Amino acid sequence: MKLNRRSFLQLTALAGGGFALGLYDRPWARAQGSERPPDLTPAAFICINRDGTVTIKARNPEIGQGVRTMLPMLIAEELDVDWASVKVEQAELDEPKYGPQFAGGSMSTPFAWEPLRQVGAAGRQMLVAAAAQSWSVPESECTTKSGRVLHASSNRSVGYGELADRAAALKPPPLSKVKLKDPKDYCIIGKSKGSVDNHAIVTGKPIFGCDIELPGMLHAVIEKCPVYGGKVKSANVEQVKKLPGVRHVLIIEGTLSTEAVVPNEPGMEPGVAVLGDTWWQAQQARKALKIDWDYGPGKSQSTEEFNRRAAELLKQPPTNTLRSYGDVDTAFKGAAKVVEAVYSYPFLAHGTLEPMGTTASFKDGKLEMWTTSQTPGEGRTLAAHALGIPDSAVTVHLIRAGGGFGRRLMNDYMVEAAWLTKQAGVPVKLLWSREDDIAHDAYRAGGYHGLKAGLDANGKVVAWRQHLITFGDGKKTAAGADIDASEFPSGRVPNYQLHTSAMPLLLRTGWLRAPGGNAYCFVGQSFLDEVAVAAGRDPLELQLEILTVTPAPNPGHEPRPGDPDVLNPERLKGVLQLVAEKSGWATRKKAPGRGMGIACYFCHLGYFAEVADVTVDKANKVTVNHVWAAGDVGSHIINPAAAENMCYGGVVEGMSHMGQEITLIDGRVQQTNYHQHPIMRMRQVPPIDVYWRTTDFAPTGLGEPTLPPILPAVANAIFAATGKRIRSLPLQRSGFSWA
Amino acid sequence: MSLKLTVNNVAKTVDVPPDTPLLWVLRDVLDLKGAKYGCGMGVCGACTVLADGRAIRSCMTHVGSVAGQSITTIEGLSPDGLHPVQAAWETIDVPQCGYCQSGQIMAAAALLERTPHPTDAEIDTAMSGNICRCGTYPRIRQAIHQAAAAGTPARAK
Repeated sequence: MKLNRRSFLQLTALAGGGFALGLYDRPWARAQGSERPPDLTPAAFICINRDGTVTIKARNPEIGQGVRTMLPMLIAEELDVDWASVKVEQAELDEPKYGPQFAGGSMSTPFAWEPLRQVGAAGRQMLVAAAAQSWSVPESECTTKSGRVLHASSNRSVGYGELADRAAALKPPPLSKVKLKDPKDYCIIGKSKGSVDNHAIVTGKPIFGCDIELPGMLHAVIEKCPVYGGKVKSANVEQVKKLPGVRHVLIIEGTLSTEAVVPNEPGMEPGVAVLGDTWWQAQQARKALKIDWDYGPGKSQSTEEFNRRAAELLKQPPTNTLRSYGDVDTAFKGAAKVVEAVYSYPFLAHGTLEPMGTTASFKDGKLEMWTTSQTPGEGRTLAAHALGIPDSAVTVHLIRAGGGFGRRLMNDYMVEAAWLTKQAGVPVKLLWSREDDIAHDAYRAGGYHGLKAGLDANGKVVAWRQHLITFGDGKKTAAGADIDASEFPSGRVPNYQLHTSAMPLLLRTGWLRAPGGNAYCFVGQSFLDEVAVAAGRDPLELQLEILTVTPAPNPGHEPRPGDPDVLNPERLKGVLQLVAEKSGWATRKKAPGRGMGIACYFCHLGYFAEVADVTVDKANKVTVNHVWAAGDVGSHIINPAAAENMCYGGVVEGMSHMGQEITLIDGRVQQTNYHQHPIMRMRQVPPIDVYWRTTDFAPTGLGEPTLPPILPAVANAIFAATGKRIRSLPLQRSGFSWA
Repeated sequence: MSLKLTVNNVAKTVDVPPDTPLLWVLRDVLDLKGAKYGCGMGVCGACTVLADGRAIRSCMTHVGSVAGQSITTIEGLSPDGLHPVQAAWETIDVPQCGYCQSGQIMAAAALLERTPHPTDAEIDTAMSGNICRCGTYPRIRQAIHQAAAAGTPARAK
């Protein structure tokens, strides 16, 4: 399979729910109408130092997904240098120079796999040309190894460091013409490399966003309305200004959009900013604020009301039909057995351990920012717009983030920091409190699914109907709350319908790790398990059967052959079979209070299947004893140790999701901190075994596809252990909780 | 108000109200950025430092209450960054985002000082106050066992 740039654009739009398409129009705007963006150059990424070491630029935001290590590995491999000789430097934001610089949709790997290896190979080719010139021998007689060019027949060799100047004067070859290594010769790709930041991390070096210090900098916090969309009527600004260490107290009018469906970048939220000499002083002074709020229409919203309305909508005919084929009603009438259920899941917060923030300095019409954004290019445009300056007047430094998980795809904190530094006239470090972070997130939207499946006398699924109650105004859907017509098992059962209806929401939603999949996999794979039980069949065997069905035609939406964003059933079957074998699925024992569950999912170009073994005690407390995960993300696991760590992350985060919820009363988020939106702790996390199935496809990302299957795997295991079905998350809503 | 502190074996005088959390004195007054703010209420452990060898949550500890005690932060855990816990963290490649890890390392160092060879259950108990949002727990456990096997020296002098 080959990915060209056009398919990248389409993939990004799909994977990010639309956010990234706008982003990716921009850097290549000049190249519109042509298939390829301008070539990346070796000089942008590679600096050969005279001492033989090599400095390689890491282009993407590092949010814990390991790209500061992995992307330079691609370049180093083809440049043919020893990893020990490589120093990694973070690239500034400059997309025309470096290509796409964002962290989202598990797209770093597919975007980089070919072009960054080509960049390394082009650099190598230039060094070979330089050596050949200096020796007056044909380039074809020269080889490279470990940062040296060799000429075997004359037994000469020269280090890259000595060739740097001569090579730099050469014109780089077109990337499409460079010769890439035979994968069997890889020395770096496929070998575990520790994170390049590990030593700085374990010694407490100031490498995170909130660690930035600038001379004369003030620290800022912002008190925002507890109800989304609320505005400041008045505040005791003068009183708070007099408190120790306080330098400015600023009322933010805000620029919140009044659209019926809150966009993911809704504008600046109103509030009162306190700027002080230290963060603690600003935060303390903030507690003395007395603000009279105009709460606005958001204050009538509550989770209870959403639940009530969703139950009503599920009884009514759906508003939209995303896909419909065959004759579902007739199939249900003729079915030997019909299974019906309603599934639901709550709003969730991201809760990155480092809260939102950015450091910014505005001087002489120019803005400089140090940010942890996952989409710094979008953030730059928004910040520039807020200050009325061009994008070109903004410099953005990409700083390591204490977690992203999709929260930093939004750039509200960048806009706030830009506005604050301009108002204060000095550099400002904005750092939200944890309570700010939980109360002003771009939440994963909750949802409700009415499901109905029909089985024939042989236990085959003959019909499937799914009706999602989501949030929106009937035309637009809240960010991250839409569903794709290809949602499994769409196209793989003979009669099928997928519908949506929506209710209004005045709250910002967004993308949480594995958007879509983090909810729909729980629903679809849990319901499929129910269907298998009703059919008296093994869920694995039923799933493999469905994956064997030839997809129904989908006029107007036929996938192009080899499209990596279309489910390849053989790859999903492959990981299912692998995880079944490794977990001993076929010979699993059943005992009261103990059970195993299996689930799989395809999303963000990756295939994962996971099995969980759980124990449930008499008080319905759930312990996960063991997890097996099998993944297929293509031909190479570029950095195996980091890849395994990402799988742990997906599994642990998915388990965390099962115990979390964000609820509203009177428009206010009820949860304030981690004690009410808990993350799994050491004692709750089982051993996790990770297995890879390598296939002949270009490597793809791991941030997201690792996560979805663990939710239904655990839920199905709880059913196996207790006979009780988890149809509503968090677990507490179904009468269970984590031990 | 002037307060005398010993941080990483160096005497410091800071002019802050005694009810200021130690975390913000370390970060914003003494420019030691290793301890991290995560929750501000002692439930995440990102701010963990040692006071006379005990792991404490610096976000909940008034600086006045630790005057006269010996405070150790991640920056002072070892002179060379090669405390067995730090070394194990690097070898095992524990971090993902890394934000919680200084707190995890300090909690692990305190554990190994009192319990040089902890069982999994003892690790669970000692480490369950420290959240890793990225989910590196399997590696943290592995690294603690490795550090235990390597032997933990007395706390940095």
